[in-house]
Amino acid sequence: MSILHTVNKSPFEKSSLDSCLKYAKGGSAVLLYEDGVYAALKGTNMEDKVKSAAQGIKFYVLGPDLKARGIADDRVIDGIAIVDYAGFVDLSVESDKVSAWV
Amino acid sequence: MKFAVQVNEGPYQHQAADSAYQFTKAVLEKGHEVFRVFFYHDGVNNATKLTTPPQDDRNIVNRWSELSEKYSLDLVVCVAAAQRRGIVDEGEAKRNKKDAENIAPGFRISGLGQLIEAGVQADRLVVFGD
Repeated sequence: MSILHTVNKSPFEKSSLDSCLKYAKGGSAVLLYEDGVYAALKGTNMEDKVKSAAQGIKFYVLGPDLKARGIADDRVIDGIAIVDYAGFVDLSVESDKVSAWV
Repeated sequence: MKFAVQVNEGPYQHQAADSAYQFTKAVLEKGHEVFRVFFYHDGVNNATKLTTPPQDDRNIVNRWSELSEKYSLDLVVCVAAAQRRGIVDEGEAKRNKKDAENIAPGFRISGLGQLIEAGVQADRLVVFGD
């Protein structure tokens, strides 16, 4: 069963991404949105953790929320796909269920 | 595909009310169905028609009402959460002896069973909150 995990908190403020990664199984997807987009950036102390998790889990980040925070697309870790709200909807359709780590 | 959306955060609080709206709008624009949007906890504050945000700011409450009108969206507010926070329709005002109501167009007050039903009926339940 594939699950889309949504994370909307910065990993530098809350532990929801850590909790999510502890439970997310290989083959599932994680969408970083709202303040969660900070986990998708290169050069932070979360980068290694995200990159290592990305070997079994597919990571996505919401483009409009990057833009709202003044973050350019080239600051996103390679391999993390940038999607818009329509892409968010498609990910929900492709997964069997959506689990929000609010 | 049939979606249900749950909103647990009030307007102008952080970003969940905005994310929920943008997601719901994208679902509808893609031609999917939204069975219901359920407002729970502080999310019930999305349903007050008494907000007056500055003209150059988005009007989160009106935006829901307009989406509801355009797509016949079922916007349901949890009654227990609404009573605590002063979200009142005509029936609730009478029942609780209040002299006013403040529910925005398109919203209706009902029980938690409506959330359970939405979870059962929809193919996906997507939750937004703080």
